[in-house]
Amino acid sequence: MIVGERKPFSEILSMVDNCSKILILGCGSCVTICMAGGEEEVKILGSQLRLAFRRNGKNVEVEEFMALRQCDDEYMDDPVLIEKVKEADIVVSMACGVGVQHASTFFNKIIDEGLVRVVPALNTTFMGANIGVGEWEERCVGCGDCVLEKTAGICPITRCAKSLLNGPCGGSFDGKCEISEDTECAWHLIIERLNALGELDRVRSVEPYKDWRPSHSGGLRKTVREDAKI
Amino acid sequence: MKSGSNLERLLEKGEFVITGELGPPKGPDVEVVKEKAAMLKGNVDAVNITDNQTAIVRMSSIAACKILIEEGLEPTMQMVARDRNRIAMMSDLFGAAAFGIKNMLCLSGDHQSFGSHPEAKNVFDIDSIQMIHMVKTMRDEHKVICGEEIEGDFKMFIGAASNPFADPFWYRVHRLAKKVEAGVDFIQTQCIYDMKRFRDFMKQAVDMGLHEKCKILAGVTPLKSVGMARYMAANVSGIIIPEETIERLRGAGKGNVAAEGIKILCEQIQELREIEGIAGIHLMAIEWEHKVPEIVKMAGLLPRPKL
Repeated sequence: MIVGERKPFSEILSMVDNCSKILILGCGSCVTICMAGGEEEVKILGSQLRLAFRRNGKNVEVEEFMALRQCDDEYMDDPVLIEKVKEADIVVSMACGVGVQHASTFFNKIIDEGLVRVVPALNTTFMGANIGVGEWEERCVGCGDCVLEKTAGICPITRCAKSLLNGPCGGSFDGKCEISEDTECAWHLIIERLNALGELDRVRSVEPYKDWRPSHSGGLRKTVREDAKI
Repeated sequence: MKSGSNLERLLEKGEFVITGELGPPKGPDVEVVKEKAAMLKGNVDAVNITDNQTAIVRMSSIAACKILIEEGLEPTMQMVARDRNRIAMMSDLFGAAAFGIKNMLCLSGDHQSFGSHPEAKNVFDIDSIQMIHMVKTMRDEHKVICGEEIEGDFKMFIGAASNPFADPFWYRVHRLAKKVEAGVDFIQTQCIYDMKRFRDFMKQAVDMGLHEKCKILAGVTPLKSVGMARYMAANVSGIIIPEETIERLRGAGKGNVAAEGIKILCEQIQELREIEGIAGIHLMAIEWEHKVPEIVKMAGLLPRPKL
């Protein structure tokens, strides 16, 4: 899933300065599961904002709303939501960066009374997995050319700080990465797991240069499924 | 001859070589390079010029190498994968060859989080093993990665590092084997203090015949003080210093620790010479270049062989 973290309150507050009607828009997918931008977090941010405005003697109206997925028109095309957006000076999106952009594009496309301002309340951090209660860790950078079949299901592009394809480097100690004692050395994990599987031959030869074109290095990526088009 | 460098020719002749190391200044001060070079001249066969080591901004390796050539020394240009993509690497290698640089060392590079600009974006387009393969392709096939012909002569003696003290220990020799497969000509190891582990590593390397496919230079660094030994053991990647070595330094008493450190080093060099598969020493006297003449003399490695 996409993992995010809420921005510091002061930063969010500075984005909505001079607004008199604010809509906080939560997202019911990834960021709900990682407890960053779901219904609960929308309520908390709403209360914080109201409190701050009251303390500053400002008369600001704060509305709250949830969309199941801000990254998909289907879940955004809701008359109640659109009405609330029309009334607001600003939309504070609690979705990931994808949701924020999609919400902005969508609202600006269907509401023709001028530009709708959509600002982010989260920092989108990574694509990761839930590895423990309240803990998430990065697992995929979306390089566009998966190598997991060679590396015992552990991604060296994502989990090695140097994205080495022929690791581990000389900074691997006691299974930890040189950058932090809290970070496992991905190549240590790969080598030990391949050894246990009897599949060390998979990394015996030099892994050739990676083609980074399918990654972000190749520019904006797009997928078109002709078979899915109506 | 792969590059015809002094280092290559001495190794081919079977001479026990010694290479030094020089860290360029944090600015364009040519005099710093010249001063350090003067201390190393005549005492070592080639000098590694580091490439922004520990991710701290310094004069480029290629420029410092050029100064060394002008001073009459032979440089080994270090190149890290952290800061350049394949385009910049190949371009710099052409430039290096044009300047008369004949040896280079392929490294991953310390992660930028250790350095002066932890906010920087790293590159790691290719890794150190792929870099070896790239340079070998350029030299032997006379082509850049995409297959295009290289204009002019490109010669290079290709080196890489090996850290026998990193983990998993049992895998380290296999990583060395991968560097050999990629086409490395010589290896310089991380600083050795734990001789037992190093002997085990070399036995594995010799059993696999790796010493016959590349020249292995044992990395050493003199210990200046008990504090330095403790600091290195705790903070530098890939350093294991046995407690008995630290005890021996401490036992030397005030004012004698540095001399004891050099004595330990010279004894170690003699031990290393006896290990099968060791073709030379890589002496990393970090900010202690002025001690190099004394160390090399005490270790019985002078005069350096002439070709």
